[in-house]
Amino acid sequence: MDAGIVILISLLYLILLFGIAIYGNKMSKAGQSIVNNPLVYSLSLAVYCTVWTYYGSVGRAAETGLGFVAVYLGPTIMAPIWYMVMRKMILISKQLRVTSIADFLSSRYGKSTFIGVITTIILVFGIIPYISIQLKAIGYSFDLITSQNSSNDFWDSSTFYKDKVNYFTILLAVFTILFGTRSLDPNERHEGLIAAIAFESIVKLIAFLAAGIFAVYFLYDGLADVFTQGAINPITSHLVTLKTNPASATNWFWVLVLSAVSVMFLPRQFHVSVVENNNVSFVRQASWLFPLYLFLISFFVLPIALAGKLSLPSGSEPDMFVLSLPLFHGYEWLALLVYIGGFSAAASMVVVSVISLSIMVSNNLLMPFLLKTRTAAIEGYALLSDRLLYIRRMVIIIILFLAYGFYKSVSSNFPLVSIGLISFTAILQLAPAVLGGMYWSRANKKGAISGLLAGFFIWFITLPIPTLAESGIISKSLLSDGYFSISWLRPYALFGLENVDHISNACIWSMIFNIGLFVVVSLLTTQDVDELAQGDIYVHIEKYSNTPDMEVIRREASVQKLKQLLIRYLGSSKARYLLKNFDGALSDKNADNASQEFINYIEKTLTGAFGSASAKLLLSTDIRRQSVTLEQLNELLNQTKDILEYSQALEEKTTELTKTTQELAAVNTQLKQLDVLKAEFISTVTHELRTPITSIRSFAQMMEKKEDLLPEQKKEFLGIILKECDRIKRLINQVLEVEKIDAEVDALGESSSIDSTVRLALSRLQPQIEEKNIDLSYQSSDSTIMVNLAEDKMLQVMLNLLSNALKFCDPQAGIIRVTLDRNYAENATYLKVYNNGQYISEEYHNKIFEKFTKVKDGNLAKPEGSGLGLYITRKFVEQAGGKVSFTSSENEGTTFILNLPIYNPFPGK
Amino acid sequence: MMSNASKIILIVDDEPNIVLALKYLMEDAGFVVHCCYDGETAIEMVTNLLPDLIILDVMMPGKDGYSVAKYIRNQSTLDKTAILFLTAKGTPQDKMEGYDSGAESYIVKPFDNDEIVTRVQEVLQILF
Repeated sequence: MDAGIVILISLLYLILLFGIAIYGNKMSKAGQSIVNNPLVYSLSLAVYCTVWTYYGSVGRAAETGLGFVAVYLGPTIMAPIWYMVMRKMILISKQLRVTSIADFLSSRYGKSTFIGVITTIILVFGIIPYISIQLKAIGYSFDLITSQNSSNDFWDSSTFYKDKVNYFTILLAVFTILFGTRSLDPNERHEGLIAAIAFESIVKLIAFLAAGIFAVYFLYDGLADVFTQGAINPITSHLVTLKTNPASATNWFWVLVLSAVSVMFLPRQFHVSVVENNNVSFVRQASWLFPLYLFLISFFVLPIALAGKLSLPSGSEPDMFVLSLPLFHGYEWLALLVYIGGFSAAASMVVVSVISLSIMVSNNLLMPFLLKTRTAAIEGYALLSDRLLYIRRMVIIIILFLAYGFYKSVSSNFPLVSIGLISFTAILQLAPAVLGGMYWSRANKKGAISGLLAGFFIWFITLPIPTLAESGIISKSLLSDGYFSISWLRPYALFGLENVDHISNACIWSMIFNIGLFVVVSLLTTQDVDELAQGDIYVHIEKYSNTPDMEVIRREASVQKLKQLLIRYLGSSKARYLLKNFDGALSDKNADNASQEFINYIEKTLTGAFGSASAKLLLSTDIRRQSVTLEQLNELLNQTKDILEYSQALEEKTTELTKTTQELAAVNTQLKQLDVLKAEFISTVTHELRTPITSIRSFAQMMEKKEDLLPEQKKEFLGIILKECDRIKRLINQVLEVEKIDAEVDALGESSSIDSTVRLALSRLQPQIEEKNIDLSYQSSDSTIMVNLAEDKMLQVMLNLLSNALKFCDPQAGIIRVTLDRNYAENATYLKVYNNGQYISEEYHNKIFEKFTKVKDGNLAKPEGSGLGLYITRKFVEQAGGKVSFTSSENEGTTFILNLPIYNPFPGK
Repeated sequence: MMSNASKIILIVDDEPNIVLALKYLMEDAGFVVHCCYDGETAIEMVTNLLPDLIILDVMMPGKDGYSVAKYIRNQSTLDKTAILFLTAKGTPQDKMEGYDSGAESYIVKPFDNDEIVTRVQEVLQILF
């Protein structure tokens, strides 16, 4: 394909990206952020997939088969841990306005300048090779697609001005400067950049999937075909079988660890996942969306590798199979798409990495030195922010040309993956200090410095230096003889560790020294006040993120001086804007004593712009800090913890109180309902009492007023009065009984013999039975049955049932039949009371056992009785665990049936 | 003043002893007295009996006193029948309901013998 077209399309693509970025910035300023959602957030995380992924994993798969998977498996397996760590990192960084991984470490260890410096140096050393392989891949893919291999062409990589990678580097530098250093944002947020990155992630995924589908479905008949052919062919058969080999298992393990750590701590990952994060909750969706992306982009890696090995001429570069496959088979436009995808992967990685490195280099490396220079002191750091932007642009150019230099001298001789892993191993050195800092209160500055330096040193002598030796820059004898010609100092077999690959060797030794020194030195030395305060924020971030600006150490400052500080460092317009934002929270505008909130706001703003260590330096002259000893601070921290616990307890108490209130309200409604029932009951009872009193009063008055009453009349009247008095007495007794029943819960543990109670009741009623001349019989099948009811209650039940039977049975030829039976299957007893009286009509069937229901008897008058007897009966029977019911039919009389469980004195049996 | 002897009184109450007492009292005062013990029977009886006054209990099983009163007020043949409620329900609302259903008078149980006789005579005098 014509080089001109490829260059034009590359340029157009970059312009498109830039357009997206500008659009994203515009929308963000208009308050309609297009990046504020979990999907874009997850896509931006895919900046993890660089050309190493895009081209390199195919190369690795072509050599080792499934070995490439570890790089994607790491982040996937670690998703739950990633979720926890990322959440905490975001909360801490938002709280303290941390804008880079170097600042994250520096801030944790007492806002230490030195920690910031060494972290930045480690990262610059670690990332430059990584950037260099992006440049290499861009150049190589450009060569392939334009078929520029012969030396008679214009492009000639040996001459500086004729090397196209040089021009790509310049292009990327310009692009990065445009993206990342347009203005100094105290939060280091670049929404436009994130929009462009997310777009690039989509492009590279589509391009790679297109290449995969082409390889599998156009060149072969699907996945099964590729794998079958791969297994048959001796060149590729070893790729599709899994071998168990201790050395490769060790390698697998470390690559897994490296990728899991890198996905969290690589500067560009930290930048997109923490600094550019809009909402902590996105992390949850990202914890499955991002692994899904990794799965999709790695799905066709092995098939493409197999297809390349099988169908391309031998000697083809495996790292470029993705591109050479469509090219070789004559699909030029697909090749162009693949090229753009690779270009995307490289560009996004380079831009974000270099921006984050430039932030670190300027804030953590250069600013602290700049602030100490004489000019800074004299000029009062005037327009520092402008200078900072200028510094950053310079840093971007320098980093990119260092990477270019590394590419020219070293990377061109190595496959992409091995250089990538060297970078990952450098990132691994940060892991103990970062994770220890977040989860271990005792971790301190001296420990972190020792661990970082030791780990970095081991990394340096076991990976980059031997790489230089391999590429011939230094003597190759180092590899076989070891440092100072000591054999156990051979870089790839340090301390005589044989039979492991280079990466595992470096990882094992650097981690042993890094973690070992970090832990031991932290345990042996003490923290200063700053470290303790910051450490508490990191380890117990929940405590601080719920209570904004929780202040442990009181500080004092003048409002005026702080305002001047802000104007001096950020320029007057930006400072005015920032002050206006805070203005609402300024409690007393006239007082010159700044509130703790205002001091915190100024400190955070400056931290965001210059890094925590620099901000500390800037503020040191204007803020007076209450001097505290370590013991006092410890006590203060414990107090804040107490306050937190107290407020949590208070919250629990409040929910408890709310619950109690609700319960009380429910009980209150219930009580009100009961009250209504009670009022009804009383009204019914008074009505029932008035009726007999009315008769009594009337007849008594007649007897008093009329002297001419006949003796029989007198006797009749007195008889009525006595009868009505008995009625009142009965009614009062039953009302009291009902009251008692309603108050009682149960009557367990009492028992009586049902047979003897029936006999007692019958003997009590004997006079009435004889008076009415009733045919009464009683049959008992078992006289020993006991029931769970006290004898007086059982007696009342029997008296109620029997007197009802007496009252309602046929007035002329009354028949009453009482039978007592035992049902062994149910372990219960059945007592039936039959009378041959009137049929009880349907309307009463549901009400008969309720209070004050009276069944009309006979022709005229209503029955004597309170209407409480059967209610009391039912309540007593229910207390004994039984049931009472009745059957009634037109000409066959009525039977009341008691079904009572038999009393068991030993419930366990 | 017309003689009580020509006046017919119907007593309706489900309490036999109260009916008995009222019967003695009203007969003693010279009225012609008829009795029944529930609302349904009362409605059956009034049409033929055309009583001058009915002493009506309110709370009875089946048809209550209010329904009987309303029935009477809807019969044009019975427009000369006075209604006197006799009831244990004594709240002002109860009384209002009683008068609303068309009663001429309202007496709360337990009653004074003299009072009820006087009240019956008063009602009959006003009407005739």
